[in-house]
Amino acid sequence: MSTTRREFLKNSAAASVATAVGMSLPMGLQAAANNAESGWRWDKSVCRFCGTGCGIMVATKNDKIVAVKGDPAAPVNRGLNCIKGYFNAKIMYGEDRLQKPLLRVDKSGNYSKTGDFKAVSWKRAFDEMEKHIKSSLKELGPTGIGVFGSGQYTVQEGYAAVKLMKAGFRSNNIDPNARHCMASAVAGFIQTFGIDEPAGCYDDIELTDTVVTWGANMSEMHPILWARVSDRKLSNPDKVKVVNLSTFSNRTSDLADIEIIFKPQTDLALWNYIAREIVYNHPDSIDQEFIDKHIIFATGPVDIGYGMRKAGHPKYSAKESVINEKQSAKTVSAAEGISLKYLGYKEGDTLEMKNAASAGKHWKIEFEDFKKALEPYTLDYVAKTAKGDDNESLVRFKEKLIVLKDLYVEKQRKMVSFWTMGMNQHTRGTWVNEQAYMVHFLLGKQAKPGNGAFSLTGQPSACGTAREVGTFAHRLPADMVVANPKHRKASENIWKLPKDTLNPKVGTHFMKLMRDIEDAKVKFAWIQVNNPYQNTANAKHWIKAARQMDNFIVCSDCYPGISAKVSDLILPTAMIYEKWGAYGNAERRTQHWKQQVVPIGDSMSDTWQIMELSKRFTLKEVWGAQTIPGIEGGLPDVMPEAKTMGYNEDTTLYEVLFANDEAKSYTYPDPIGDGFDNCEVIGDKRNVVGSDDKEWKGYGFFIQKYLWEEYRKFGEGHAHDYADFDTYHKVRGLKWPVVDGKETQWRFNAKYDPYAKKANTGDFAFYGKAFKNLPQGGLKGPDADKGKYDLSNKAKIFFRPYMDPPEMPDKDYPLWLSTGRVLEHWHSGTMTMRVPELYRAVPEALCYIHPKDAEKFNFQQGDLVWVESRRGKVKAHVDTRGRNRPPVGLVYVPWFDEKVFINKVCLDATCPISKQTDFKKAAVKVYKA
Amino acid sequence: MWLRRFSQIGILLLFIGANKWGWNILIGNLSSAYVFETFYLSDPFAILQILLAGFILGADVLIGGLIILLIYGIIGGRVFCSWVCPMNIVTDTALWLRKKWKLNEIQFHTPINRNIRYWVLFLALILSVFSGVAAFEFVSPVSMLHRGLIFGMGFGWAAVAVIFLFDLLVLKNGWCGHVCPIGAFYSVVSKYHWIKVQHTVENCTDCMECFVVCPEPQVLKIIGKKSGSINNGECTNCGRCIEVCDDKALKFIKREKIIRRNENE
Amino acid sequence: MQRKENTTSRREAILKIFQGAGLLSLGGLVWGAFLNKASVSKLSLRPPAAVEEEDFLAACIKCGACVQACPYDTLMLAQPQDNIPIGTPFFIPRITPCYMCVDVPCVPVCPTTALDINKLIPSDKVSTPENMDVNMSDMGVAVIDEKSCIAFWGIQCDACYRACPLINQALVLNFERNERTGKHAFLKPVVNPEICTGCGMCEHACVTEKAAIFVLPRKVAEGKAGNFYIKGWEAKDENRLNEESKESDIKGKTTKKSYLNDWEELIDE
Repeated sequence: MSTTRREFLKNSAAASVATAVGMSLPMGLQAAANNAESGWRWDKSVCRFCGTGCGIMVATKNDKIVAVKGDPAAPVNRGLNCIKGYFNAKIMYGEDRLQKPLLRVDKSGNYSKTGDFKAVSWKRAFDEMEKHIKSSLKELGPTGIGVFGSGQYTVQEGYAAVKLMKAGFRSNNIDPNARHCMASAVAGFIQTFGIDEPAGCYDDIELTDTVVTWGANMSEMHPILWARVSDRKLSNPDKVKVVNLSTFSNRTSDLADIEIIFKPQTDLALWNYIAREIVYNHPDSIDQEFIDKHIIFATGPVDIGYGMRKAGHPKYSAKESVINEKQSAKTVSAAEGISLKYLGYKEGDTLEMKNAASAGKHWKIEFEDFKKALEPYTLDYVAKTAKGDDNESLVRFKEKLIVLKDLYVEKQRKMVSFWTMGMNQHTRGTWVNEQAYMVHFLLGKQAKPGNGAFSLTGQPSACGTAREVGTFAHRLPADMVVANPKHRKASENIWKLPKDTLNPKVGTHFMKLMRDIEDAKVKFAWIQVNNPYQNTANAKHWIKAARQMDNFIVCSDCYPGISAKVSDLILPTAMIYEKWGAYGNAERRTQHWKQQVVPIGDSMSDTWQIMELSKRFTLKEVWGAQTIPGIEGGLPDVMPEAKTMGYNEDTTLYEVLFANDEAKSYTYPDPIGDGFDNCEVIGDKRNVVGSDDKEWKGYGFFIQKYLWEEYRKFGEGHAHDYADFDTYHKVRGLKWPVVDGKETQWRFNAKYDPYAKKANTGDFAFYGKAFKNLPQGGLKGPDADKGKYDLSNKAKIFFRPYMDPPEMPDKDYPLWLSTGRVLEHWHSGTMTMRVPELYRAVPEALCYIHPKDAEKFNFQQGDLVWVESRRGKVKAHVDTRGRNRPPVGLVYVPWFDEKVFINKVCLDATCPISKQTDFKKAAVKVYKA
Repeated sequence: MWLRRFSQIGILLLFIGANKWGWNILIGNLSSAYVFETFYLSDPFAILQILLAGFILGADVLIGGLIILLIYGIIGGRVFCSWVCPMNIVTDTALWLRKKWKLNEIQFHTPINRNIRYWVLFLALILSVFSGVAAFEFVSPVSMLHRGLIFGMGFGWAAVAVIFLFDLLVLKNGWCGHVCPIGAFYSVVSKYHWIKVQHTVENCTDCMECFVVCPEPQVLKIIGKKSGSINNGECTNCGRCIEVCDDKALKFIKREKIIRRNENE
Repeated sequence: MQRKENTTSRREAILKIFQGAGLLSLGGLVWGAFLNKASVSKLSLRPPAAVEEEDFLAACIKCGACVQACPYDTLMLAQPQDNIPIGTPFFIPRITPCYMCVDVPCVPVCPTTALDINKLIPSDKVSTPENMDVNMSDMGVAVIDEKSCIAFWGIQCDACYRACPLINQALVLNFERNERTGKHAFLKPVVNPEICTGCGMCEHACVTEKAAIFVLPRKVAEGKAGNFYIKGWEAKDENRLNEESKESDIKGKTTKKSYLNDWEELIDE
């Protein structure tokens, strides 16, 4: 193969890119040559599932996907896949694929909230959407509508959705399910680095000596990465150490040298223990030069609440209010009496949540402050607070903590700390993310090959779409935010909008969108690539709001699930290989694919749905003056300026946002598209009757390429550079920033990152731009006299204390509940539960419980039991011997199974900074059903 | 007649109910049943085969077998055939159709006589010894039927259908009257059974109706000739003869009475 | 016997006896052959605590009590088409595996000890149903076809492993480096036959078209080393001396009587 590669590289026009990436193209080309003979066509694509971003090859024959194979040329997975990836060929062919738009109608065929679903035309579907959006806009303004977006959008879909919502409807009410999964990581990155996403890449696995998993069951959630960790361990079993920190025993412990079972939420204390040991007992391990040059210390308020509604909401029960009261004030617990002593609190005091609305604010402190605040985190205090397994002795637990600390502080030892939902789904998720960087920064073990705190993503494009495109309520593409006038201006320029079109007020985040629907502040919601009514905690509230209140919920989906069931209109939607797209994985690798087959039934892609809807709105309807709660005077009328730009009152959003002159310059046919379908651009053999009751024949221009090329303008020159559209169709993905055709493996490291080199601040430059001008002060707060501190090119070490979660087990609800995923199923199971083999392998979610607890509650293996919290209850079969082994006092229930609807039980508390829900902690009781 | 059906179907229902709806009156099937979750009843013929096959059985099941043996020994072994065995419903249906379609008039010459069953019984026991398995239980269409009705039939229908067709087309009372070793076993067992059909020759009008309905007419030798009880173990105590007899010449009677009457005479 | 003796000649009587004997032996032959065939089909998986298959076939009264006791409808009674001795209980893990109920309800209901609770009683406990340990069941043993097992290809599957009720005991993962990719490991499932109960949850969970891990009756799945050699490095192996050993049915080389006198053969060319 090496000769073929060399020959090819000599001749290929794409050689420069390929050389830069160390990537080979010939396999694809050879495959193309073989295609004609075999009767099927192989083409490169990516796995539909997690954030790992495995490359796959897809074989199509007679317009059907007949097989997939792991792409041997893909650097992430080298031809391998996990059990879900293995079934990519089957996910689109479940029997109950949605094929026609479905609308709730009464007997005479009129829309009715209480009607049953009946198939309608695409035109009727868009008529209804248009009608309800317009009435919501009229009644409530731009904040009266919302989109539940996704980390599973393709880059282009997410970009089109953001553009329509933010530039078209001037509403920031779009937020992705990635809010449930990555928001704390994002907030941690932005506050620490000033820019989102990991510094390192997967190559760290092969280069490190130590892998510590903090609330990341990698063996089930990132199996291919886990195979790489396993291989690294095998390569040098004595030297390479693996430590698994978790609140229950899971399969990741199989490989681990040490398993540390800690009490939920106490990871906050564990990180501080390590930091305290470094600062007090191992000062030699501190990379002082690195700290001095590149780091400042910071902290923030602790009285920030838990992202819950305040007590006394009319739709919340008295039981729920017991917990919700803590949003306003809480009593300082024994553990907090020690951890919050530095602020003058002691056990029994009342902590008023004064900073609930300004949870993210922070200020610079000095190292001495930092050191002082760490003082309480002695081995005794932390071990006592954090020991999660009653069956383990305190002595043994302490021994393990010491070993863990010793691994971190060992000077020559390379360390990677991985985490996923354990640290992100956390009422102090942003804090605990920051703590990881705290330890790695102190030791100088960050942004170096084989060294780094590394946040893994759950969704295939949580990074690529949700974060990079910015399908969040507060974001714009390329880490820009709506609250920043400069960012709005830059975006308005690229989008060719009149000045001040964009709404400066942060929109509703995912959880708040649900709450706003319950409060009748939002009356139209569109669900895209996502199952919010299954994936949102305290689900009964939101389902009641959707079904029993005056609103209109649209759900674009491929299969019927809970969200479709509670909607008023369902749009049949194309799946991954039925459209062109791109995903970005957890190591910043962007991967594109082409449409392989024509969608099933009358399904159409999200991009098409977004663009067809945009045809229904003229500028005069959306660009006039708008009222926005919280903005005095609302949004200005931008029509006058629009007219100077060549738009008129009747120009449609479609023409401005999507079918503009620039878009049309991306003509089709294009050599990249030769031989492939493109439903949006040229229509397809189905001749679907479209939104205007006419056969759909395509937009005629290369919309996906246009969206990509326009999108990448946002990041170009801002350390978010991507390659052009065509390049991605030749390579196996590239890790941004892609500068001069070269990808970047380690960001902020001048040796690898051209942006860090350019900053010219030595070996490192933390050049992210956000929150780089800080007030200064002490542990208790900023000191106005001290003025602001400019920390350009520097990162922050935060001090964050231990605090209890809002709901902890008590005598009525004596157990912790943690939720999560299983290897066999993807999120809410919409796709994987329809793969017969995966369904057979794991047909239902079980309630994993310790045998002693089972005995205590008189359960036997396999018994059906109720899991009940203050919010709701579900039935599940108990398991005492399986893959997950909780300690006494904790039960674990996966959430993929809609029959075991565990989100009815979960608490809707979030990290007040990141607004990410804590799905890992709630108090429940269990009893026989 | 309907009483018999009620008994047959009722017992089956209790078994089916146990399987499908969790009743605990009768758990198992006709081979062995757990009654009210307190004691067992077992098929003594099956037990005999198992013992001959060389497996030492536990006391529970042996006692269960003995109970059944005693019961049938007292009330007449072949009561099983006419009051319990579900195959009887099948063969009676065949018989009824035979009459209806007048198939009785066409009679094949078959080498099968009513003693065949004793040979089959003998073979079953011998083969159990040699093969180490309960030989008849491996092929028994009767078991297939009651098991099938309770647990699901599969191709067991085929075996039942063969018997039905055999009885219908080839030989009247072919299975129950000629082949079935269970009948043979109970015939032997109930040599001295207590409940018998009593004939009073004085009332007999020689109408021969009893011969027509009797599945084992060879037992009716005394009819119209002399008073007495039907002593042959092959009599199934089905009571058909009593039902058809309009002359009060036939009735059930307990053994002791017979004895006493004989003494009185 | 119903016929009158005097109408039958002696000759006819003798003929009749031979005829009967002939029919009898023919019937016996066919019947016996059938029994032989039926009882040698050794591929059926029996409920937990079933005695040795030979004894089981003799002992099972085919009453279905175990089937009725099974809460998961795992157990079925064999029907004629199942190619398993008719009426005997068995299960097909691919359809429904044994879910290893802690109270093993199928066993104590057996009237004939074809399912023998003593097989599930730990040696230090008395023989009561409460003391049964379902993990001592021996319904069979799982076998992996490494060619079709996708974990052996490098796919991160191991659905069987996670489905195993004795995870990390009966089914363990063997980590091995994948030289082809140079950076991934194989996580290969390996059965520990000593602990495997044959419940078949692995077979049920297996995601390949035809299960790549499947349960076979232990006698079918396992070989047997003679007990004329004992592992010197394993103290317990000596226990094999208590087992019955079978004389080998193959023969070694033997020499004829004349061998020693036939030395000329050696130079014969």
